[in-house]
Formats: sequence, C-alpha cells, structure tokens
Amino acid sequence: MLKIVLDGQEVMTAEGATLLEAARAAGIEIPTICWHPATTANGLCRLCVVEVEGMRLLQPACIVRVAEGMKVQTRSERVIRARRTILEMLASSVDLSDSPEIRALMQEYHASAERFPGAKRRDVPLKDDNPMYVRDYAKCVLCWRCVQVCAEDAQYTYAINFSGRGYETEIGTFFDAPMPATTCVFCGQCVGVCPTGALKPKREFLLEQGLKPEEIVTRSSGRKQRRENR
Amino acid sequence: MLEPERITRTTCPYCGVGCTLDLHVRDNFIYKVTSPFDSVVNKGNLCVKGRFGYDFVYHPRRMTRPMVRRYLLPVSSEQLSVNRRDAPEWGNRSLMTDPLTTDTSPWDWVETDWDTALNLTADKLVEIYRRDGSDAMAVYCCAKATNEDNYLLQKMFRAIFRTNNVDHCTRLCHAGSVVALQQALGTSAMSNTASEVLLNDVFIVTGSNTTENHPIIALQMKEAVRKRGAKLIVADPRRIELVDFAELWLPLKPGTNVPLFNAMAHVIVQENLVNWEFVRTRTEGIDTFIASLEKFTPEFAESICGVPAEDIRRAARLYATAKHAAIYWGMGISQLSHGTASALTLIHLALLTGHIGRPGTGLNPLRGQNNVQGASDMGAMPFHFPGYMRVDAPGNAEQWERLWNVEPGGLSRKPGLTTTEILSHAHPGGVRALYIMGENPMMTEPNLNETRRHIEQLEFLVVQDLFLTETAVYADVFLPATPFAEKEGTFTNTDRRVQRVRAAHPPRGLSRPDSDIICDLARRLEARLGRPTARWDYAHPSEILREMASVNRDYAGITYERIEKVGLQYPVPDETHPGTPTLFLESFPRGRGRFIPVDYVPCAELPDDEYPFILTTGRVLEHWHGGSMTRHSDLDELYPEARVEIHPADAELHGIENGSLVRVTTRRGQVTLRAHVTEKTTVGVLFIPMHFHEAAANLLTTDALDPQAKIPEFKACAAQVFPAREEETHSPAAARGRY
Repeated sequence: MLKIVLDGQEVMTAEGATLLEAARAAGIEIPTICWHPATTANGLCRLCVVEVEGMRLLQPACIVRVAEGMKVQTRSERVIRARRTILEMLASSVDLSDSPEIRALMQEYHASAERFPGAKRRDVPLKDDNPMYVRDYAKCVLCWRCVQVCAEDAQYTYAINFSGRGYETEIGTFFDAPMPATTCVFCGQCVGVCPTGALKPKREFLLEQGLKPEEIVTRSSGRKQRRENR
Repeated sequence: MLEPERITRTTCPYCGVGCTLDLHVRDNFIYKVTSPFDSVVNKGNLCVKGRFGYDFVYHPRRMTRPMVRRYLLPVSSEQLSVNRRDAPEWGNRSLMTDPLTTDTSPWDWVETDWDTALNLTADKLVEIYRRDGSDAMAVYCCAKATNEDNYLLQKMFRAIFRTNNVDHCTRLCHAGSVVALQQALGTSAMSNTASEVLLNDVFIVTGSNTTENHPIIALQMKEAVRKRGAKLIVADPRRIELVDFAELWLPLKPGTNVPLFNAMAHVIVQENLVNWEFVRTRTEGIDTFIASLEKFTPEFAESICGVPAEDIRRAARLYATAKHAAIYWGMGISQLSHGTASALTLIHLALLTGHIGRPGTGLNPLRGQNNVQGASDMGAMPFHFPGYMRVDAPGNAEQWERLWNVEPGGLSRKPGLTTTEILSHAHPGGVRALYIMGENPMMTEPNLNETRRHIEQLEFLVVQDLFLTETAVYADVFLPATPFAEKEGTFTNTDRRVQRVRAAHPPRGLSRPDSDIICDLARRLEARLGRPTARWDYAHPSEILREMASVNRDYAGITYERIEKVGLQYPVPDETHPGTPTLFLESFPRGRGRFIPVDYVPCAELPDDEYPFILTTGRVLEHWHGGSMTRHSDLDELYPEARVEIHPADAELHGIENGSLVRVTTRRGQVTLRAHVTEKTTVGVLFIPMHFHEAAANLLTTDALDPQAKIPEFKACAAQVFPAREEETHSPAAARGRY
C-alpha cells in the first residue's frame, strides 16, 4: 500500500493501481469514454485526465499508475475545461444521439454542442453488409474498444482496425471488405463494448427503423446469401 | 435508441460452456442479447450463436399448436385403419389441411387442442403398454431441455411404464468418454473448471475443434497461449484454428488415437518421466499397463497414425515435464467404435504424470450441448437413475420407489436400451412406442437410411419439439414445446455448474414448457392405469429440482435461491457447501485410478480401392447439431449449405474445384454438395458438417458401435468423391420424406 493525496484528501491505495482505480476505490468519480473493464486501457479519449502536481501536462487517469506521495486534482478548473472541450469537440463532429452517457456528461460539464459551429461532421453512410449487425461510423468516437476485443482483449480474430489518418481515421476492415469476407466470426464482442451505438444488432436496428417484430422475422427467414472464402 | 421493457438474465441454450445471457425484450420480442462483463463463465464474451442465434424462437415455421395424424381422430364413428408403410412421402401440403375438407389422407396433420392431443397420446401409450408391456416403451430425453424437464420425462417412463429404455444424445457424443472415466476413475464429468486452462503451462487439445464448438473456452485457451506462455499441443486430423496457436500439431489419421497416445505413454515410461509418487499413492494396475505399452514405440505409432515419431516424443516430454498440464477433448476421441479405449489412453497419460487432482490440471471432456451434463445427471440414461445410481445395484431402486410412490419392487432393475439400440429394436415384439423430446435422430443417428427403416417400424411416435423436424415427419403426434426463452429451469454446463434459465416472455401460441406437458400427460396416464400418483403437481420448477436432489446427493445443496446470481458446481453435498470447482483433490470416486491396458483396434471400415478416403464428420461455428434451431435462424444466412472439405492435392487428383458440386458416396448412401478445397483437412480425409438435411452427413456414416459405450463411429468411414453436375443438386437421397 502507498499513500497519495486525491483532491486534498489522503488516501491509501494498492501499489500498481491506476489513478482511476485509486480514485474509484476512494469514492471519487472520474468520467471515462474509451475505458472499459474488459479492455486494455489506452488513454485515447482523454476524458479521464487529471492534474498531477509536478507534471506539466494533464495525465490520463486510466493508465497513469499511483506513486508514493502523488498529489492529484481530479476536478480542478483546468481539468474541467479540458473535459468540456473534449466533449464539445466530439459533439461537433460525431452523432451522439445513441450515447446517453456522453450526453449526460455534456450536461454535467456544461459543454455546448455549438462551440465549434464550422466543424466538419463525420458523415459516412451506414454499413449494412451482414445479417447480424450494422455499423454506423457517423456515431463512432474511435474509442478503439471494438478493435481491442476483436484482437487480444477477447477474440484473437483481428477482423477490424483503424484505417486512415487524422480526421480521416475510421474503424475498418482490410481493403474495406464487407464483414462476411473478413476473418470476422460474428461473435459480436465489438457490439457488446460499443459505447455510442455505432455498432448495433441488426434486429435492434430494424425495430428502431419502425419495423414490427413480425416483419423482422419474416424478412430474415428464408433469405440465403452464400458466404465465400471461409 | 431503444430502451428494453425488461432484461431477462438466463443461460445460453447452445453449447456446454454455459454463458450468461441478458435478453433485451420489447413487445415480447428479444431484440438484443448482451452478457454481463462480470459473468463467471464467459466474462461478457459470447459467440455468434449466443449473441445472435436466438431468433429461431420467432421463426414462422415454429409449431405452436398440437397436431395429430388424421387417422387418430374418430371419423364418423369409424376409426381409419392404416399401415405406416403406406404413408406417402409427406409434402408441405399435408401440414395445414382443414379437418373438414374432403380430400384427405389418414396421414394428414390435423391441428387440435391440448386435451385432444394428450388424451389420444395417453390412450395409445396405455394401449401399447397394456398389450406389449414395459419393453415396448422407450423415450429419448433431451440434452437441450432443462434438468427439470429431463428428470420428469425419465420419471414418467420409469415410474409409470416401468422401463429403463431411457436415453438421450449423450450416447452419440461422449458415451465413450463417460464409460472410460467411469471405469478408470468412477465418475464422468470434467475434472476441472474450464477457465483453469489459464493455469496450464502445457495443454493438449485433441478431437475438439474448440474454436468453433466451445468458442468461449477457446478464447481462454488462446489467452493461455498468447498472454500466459502456455504451450499447446493439438492432436487432430484437421488443421483447426487452434493449430495457429499451437507449439505442436500432431495431424493423426482419424481413428488412430490409441497408437498415438499409447506411444506418448511409452515415451513417458521409457524416458522415466513418470510421476511415481502419484502412481504409487493414487493408482493401480501400473505393471500390466507398462507391459502393454511394449509394442507402442513412436515408430510403430507413426506407421499407423502418420504422425512423425519425433513429434510424438516431443509431445510426451512437453506434457510429462509440465508443472500444470491438462487434456481437453471432444468427439474425435469418443465417436469411434473404440471410443472407450481411445478415452482411456488419455486417462492413462494423466495418471502416469499426476496431471489430475490439482487446479490447472485435469481430464476435461468438453460437453457438446448446453445441458448434456445435466440430462445425464438427471438419469436420462438406460443404466442409471438420477445421480448415476445404477438401476441394477441393490438399494438404489428402493430410494426412488419411495420418492415416486411406487410399490416395492415396482421399478425395473433391468438396464434398458441405449439410443442407438432403441431404434434398432423397433419391430413387432420389440419397441413399439417411442417418445422423443427435442431430439432429432433422423439427422443425428448414423446411417440414416437404416435409421429410417427402423423408425418406420414404430407403431406410435410422439415428438415434442419446436419445429416439424426431420424426425417429427415420422411422428403420429406432435406436441409443441417452448424454447429456452419461454421457460424456467436449470442447465448444468460442461464444468458441472448448475445455472438458472429464465423465461423472457410467455409461450407463443399454444406451446407449453416441456415439464408442463409431461406433468399433464403423466396425470392422464396414471388415471388410465389406476396408479397412485408419483406426483406431477409442481407450483414451480424449483420444486422439481428439490425432489430430485432429495435422493441425488450431488445436487443436495443446490436451491434456486443459491443459484439466483451465480451457478454452483456440483457436487454440492449440503446447503452451506460452496461447490466443487476441482475434482479428485484427495482421491478418485472409485478410490484409486485404474490403468486399463488397451490394444489398437482399427476403425470398423478402412479405406480401400473402391472407397479411398476417410470421411469424418463434425460441426461448424454457425450451426448446431441437427440444425433444428440454427437452420431456423439468421445463422443460416452466414452458413447456408453443407460443404465437403477436401485437401487441394486430393481435389486436383479428382478434378474438383473449390465451390464445384461433388457427390460423396459410401457403402450406405450418397450426398451431393459443394466442395470446399482447403488445407484445413489433411490428404485422404474428407470432412462434412452434420447439420444440413439437404446433404445429411449421416446418410454416409457407419453404424458400427463401440461395444461398451454403444457410441457410433461418426468420425471415420470409407468414402469416395466424384465431380457432379449442377442438375444433381437435389439428389434423390437428399429429397427424402419431409413434413
């Protein structure tokens, strides 16, 4: 065990814990988007940043580990401004309509979706290329969880990864092939960890489109697609 | 974004892993499945069947009204007399005929109400029982149904019809492993918890395509290799996905497990890698066993199974010198005419090296179905009452007689017929009435042409299922049951964990949960026979489990309250016991583990000039067994038709291209299907999945049985392959009678 100071309060914490784990154990809530208990933390979304005394930059709490005597501010003005800006930038380019947790955070941090009015929105057509799930990357915040569970955090299948650079970055398949032509085994681990509804079971999607259950079941029964190259 | 009206937590109805599912429901329609990330068995991970394969519940072809053949209904006071062999090849036409139309056949299905269907069934069963006695009655229980359903169905046939002709599809999957484990150790389940693979430093996977058939256990295997440095040895005729993760792949010819594993034992003894401490204190019969290994040199094994001798030595050394080593196996071991011997050779390896009785070791037969372990535990077998109490051992029947209100000496002490024997005894003077819950023998029995001849010999067949399966088309009465999502109960998974099954919504149409149908029918049977009641009035399935557990001590401490959140691994001897993740810490149920020397007996049918290939059968990720669920699901879009795997070298020799139509023949039948030219199979070996009625692999397989376990040899028979013309797509063999 070692001692750190969280928001002015001395806390005993386990060696090797991340700041996020130490804070949650002490009852201090730090918001996250990309972090998930079943995936390896990568500090991608930066929403969990905190201010650590003696460090120049804000630190992602999900990956920085505790050290003896560390003094940490989890809700300083600088931290809150950073989180608000992150949320505003996300809202300016991504469709967050299926992300109730992120929208709740926007309220909490008084983030305005109109802060960057000229921003280019992520506007890509929905991909509906297999019978099990749809991919709507207009809703993707690039948290990387789907890629991680497809790889070594769960499935060892490696069907999807980042493609493109910078603003053009997107989750995709090799040569942008449709899912049935990839190594995908349709386990749906990616759907299970998606925080924004970008990945969605087909039947949930169809219900949202206004189809009735009877229409969904008759629609899918008897339709056959031959699956190649497997 | 949709909000669920409710989320029902339950257990997956597919393989034996037993993943936890959260069913998201709106308007009595499951639209999404998730899994909690803190679930003990699967940590939030699912496979395609668990996450997306539940839609068979809503398939338009699901049967939701009882149906009887017209000849069973009294027609203007005169009963139609019929001869089953005159029955037409039933087409869809006969499905929905109106009882009032004039153009009718006695074999038409007529939809009816439950009273009519159950009274007709009870009348007919009682008539046959009174006329021909107990031996004429038989039942197939179901590895997909709950523990409670299975317990009640075997109770109905044992307490009312006084027969032990009770079995289920364990006979077709792990019977060889069960008999071997019973003989050598005195029990038959997985010795360790599946997730203990993460503690292994070496593990052997053999005869199991774990990635496709137990996907979530395979994830843990991959993690053990990639993240924890475990070394994996795969012994399998196919280049399955796990080979990509393996230290060593031993591509043996199908059906040559005995020489391979005996040779590994030979090396362990010869290089003195034996754990003598363990052998002295925990086993018996080592001397005769060592003598029996004499001829099984790695070179001898190589000459039979085709695996290089040096690889056999490496595998033996790796396994024997590991700190924690375990063996995981599937049907490739048990589905052989020497399946018992084959499983014994694996048990010997564990006994020689002491890799059993500690966490992270063990002998782990991976069970194929969600509740095949539970159905076996519930006594859905011809030799055992629930809890593996032999029917012919003194003192056992008496306990069940007291519980079931049967007069002393009333229950049969004679071991009954197995699944495979029940149908072959279907003839006048043999089995006359068969009751099938949820199983589909017309897909899953070997040598289907022969099976069909047998099933046509039955006088009365009742099928209780979701769909009009390949078997149900031969039935006289069809009773529509409910799937997992419409009933309460428990499943027991492959590592002996008893978990809850919960209803997400009410039954569709008139369908009823299996246990409900059984109780209703049993009361009608008792009334007709004038028997005191064995008890069929349960307010809730939990009472059924309590009744069973009052005699089956393995389940004694399991209550619905205790498994509300997390399942318990039996044995659970009392209500404070925490369950048993690892078996045999101190001793084996029979005391000492026993070495039982086995010699190599080749498969019943070996390749020759006429049939030069070895045909082996199995499953694919997207489908499940006889296909009654997955073929009625969007899963069928992912994998819509049967394909035969053939090695590129063989394909070239026979002029076969990837995707082209071929005809595969054996001495028993032929099917026409497309070729999948792939190095996943080895030279000289063809592989056909068993799920597709259009090209049923079991039209080809041999019905040779293991003499002890009575398990058929699904994994090896001699076959030939020819290029076929496109117009042969619907071969006569494929277009056999349906509906």
